[in-house]
Amino acid sequence: MDKFSVYSARLVEKAEYFACGHRACQGCAEALAVRLVMKALGRNTIVAMATGCMEIVSSPLPTTAWEVPWIHVAFENASAVISGCESGMKAMMRKGKLPPKKINFVAMGGDGATADIGMGQLSGALERGHDFVYVCYDNEAYMNTGIQRSSSTPWGASTTTSPAGKISKGQYTQKKDLPKIAIAHNIPYVATACPSFPFDLMEKVEKAAAIQGPAYLHILSVCPTGWRIPTEEAIKYGRLAVNSCVFPLYEYEYGRYRLTYRPTPILPVREYIEGQGRFRHLTPEDIDAIQKRTMAEYDKLVKLSEEG
Amino acid sequence: MRTILEGSLAVAEAVRLCRPNLVCAYPITPQTHIVEELSRMVADGRLDAGYVLAESEFGAASIVLGGSAVGGRSYTATSSQGLLLMVEVIFNIAGLRLPVVMTCANRAVSAPINIWNDQQDAVSIRDSGWIQLFVEDNQEAVDTHIQAFRIAEELMIPVMVCMDGYVLTHTWEPVDMPEQEEVDRFLPPYDPAYKLDPDDPFTMGEMVGPDAYMETRYHVHMDMMEARAVIRRVCEEYRGVFGRGGTGLIDAYGVDDAEVVLVSMGSLLGTMRAAVDELREEEGLNVGLVKVRCFRPFPKDAIHDAIKDFQTVGVIEKDISLGLEGTLCSEMRAAFCGEDSPEISSFIMGLGGRDITVEEIKQVARDLAQNPACRVEFRGLREDLLNGDEG
Repeated sequence: MDKFSVYSARLVEKAEYFACGHRACQGCAEALAVRLVMKALGRNTIVAMATGCMEIVSSPLPTTAWEVPWIHVAFENASAVISGCESGMKAMMRKGKLPPKKINFVAMGGDGATADIGMGQLSGALERGHDFVYVCYDNEAYMNTGIQRSSSTPWGASTTTSPAGKISKGQYTQKKDLPKIAIAHNIPYVATACPSFPFDLMEKVEKAAAIQGPAYLHILSVCPTGWRIPTEEAIKYGRLAVNSCVFPLYEYEYGRYRLTYRPTPILPVREYIEGQGRFRHLTPEDIDAIQKRTMAEYDKLVKLSEEG
Repeated sequence: MRTILEGSLAVAEAVRLCRPNLVCAYPITPQTHIVEELSRMVADGRLDAGYVLAESEFGAASIVLGGSAVGGRSYTATSSQGLLLMVEVIFNIAGLRLPVVMTCANRAVSAPINIWNDQQDAVSIRDSGWIQLFVEDNQEAVDTHIQAFRIAEELMIPVMVCMDGYVLTHTWEPVDMPEQEEVDRFLPPYDPAYKLDPDDPFTMGEMVGPDAYMETRYHVHMDMMEARAVIRRVCEEYRGVFGRGGTGLIDAYGVDDAEVVLVSMGSLLGTMRAAVDELREEEGLNVGLVKVRCFRPFPKDAIHDAIKDFQTVGVIEKDISLGLEGTLCSEMRAAFCGEDSPEISSFIMGLGGRDITVEEIKQVARDLAQNPACRVEFRGLREDLLNGDEG
């Protein structure tokens, strides 16, 4: 945040590497996140993308939104595919078959691809220490197939496979903490971001790409379609998620935590929750429970951040 | 140079001579000796390649896919359950037209779990778009791996070299290892027409709808059909450089005057050669052999021409399409679509590592000579287990 807030938006890369004309829904904050991530990465980038919304909307033959080399293989293996790209290319550079050059190797997937079906492969790639960046675009459900719950869906959200009903509150499990899982692999860099805070996001992407070794970025990507909100309010809900501490912005660099943004004042989670159709069945007591848990988690992060 | 090597070590050495840029695998019996040897080569600096230890076979297949997509010569090896775990990526490697080479150390598939040899694993993924070559001995394994990279890279179709687990992978045999200069002469560096390169961005693995999907499958199919001629030619060129080297699509042995023709794939051919020699010498029964080296693409015409003049054919195979018969047998029958066909019988033998003896093969031939009628039979079953009698 420091650098970009001092200067201005004029410093941001003008070129687009995730081009317009793709088929994302109106108001898709995930498409915006991809665009910002690509601006920060620049042209010397190879992207391996998991099956999901962004893959489907960006690559219908004979068109492509990708201005960098891009590969899609399957739902669960973007991190393994990019491992192969990185290892193969580095070997060829070492052997003099390719000129040596700094290339950003980047795997991308949604929360389903990351938290569920691709978890093992992500863990393998982080553990092996490939020089790559994994970007998880978390819209908190399987939106591509029609809003089914993932293990990254928050408690209480109604989805098509965790519907709220007479005897159900919707999703009955707590959101899986993916950044923490990434941190547990002892990798050099992990960060959370949200396209509602674009300079913070781009700065983290640049840092992740520059660091030698694996880096993990977790980007909250508001999905108006799946969250049942008006399409023009995606940015607003991203801000509400961050300002209510439901989704804190922080980074973990070589063992040190740092909150990159501290909301003042902290908004009540009610303001984030009450406008979203996926939460509309929740009672004030339910929202209180979410409030307590949110602050407990945030306080832990504040403590870690103060420890440095 | 002629040397005595275990099959797995010979394959690892052949792979090293092909100068791969990326090697990635996950251990599984009976493939493990191959990756262990490649690991030693990397550790000693004898092999300069990207070397990745995957967290699963699924990961290994995905990693070699990535290595191939950036233009690197890529190799992996697996077996049985590992191959089945790879299946989604196996189809993708073929669909993306990436010339990966893989060794499949053939092994039975679960359940029940069984680590011994049969060929159910490779046969089960025949429709994936990979070229599948079955080898008879370790010399052929070495020669076929070197040819595999040439074939794969010329056609942009991946090649799976299938060698019987244990029977070949764990057996020490004299092998003539080629010299590096000879291999370099035969196998030029891989220079793909397209790859992931930031200087020339390329979108790979895009979504293709009903308007164009069928054409992509058609192209793969037509190139697979074309592959038969390429496999033959590469074999001949190999023979030109090394003075030996495999048998193209199929090989026939003693068929000129045969009353009965037996057909199989892989290491069983060695046992079968002994059986038919003995039958000729000791019993005056003239039995011929057809070895199917190339299972995919299926060498329909070559097989048709090899057996069309015979009355009685028996296919001995270590796989079964449950509810039908041996898969190779079905496909051989299909080679005679609309024509008078020999009687082609299916003999299922050696599943899960059960030994197939010379005598059992002789008995199949004798029985076919007596009664040529087309049939499906299991041979070598234990009667005591079939009747629920465990005593």
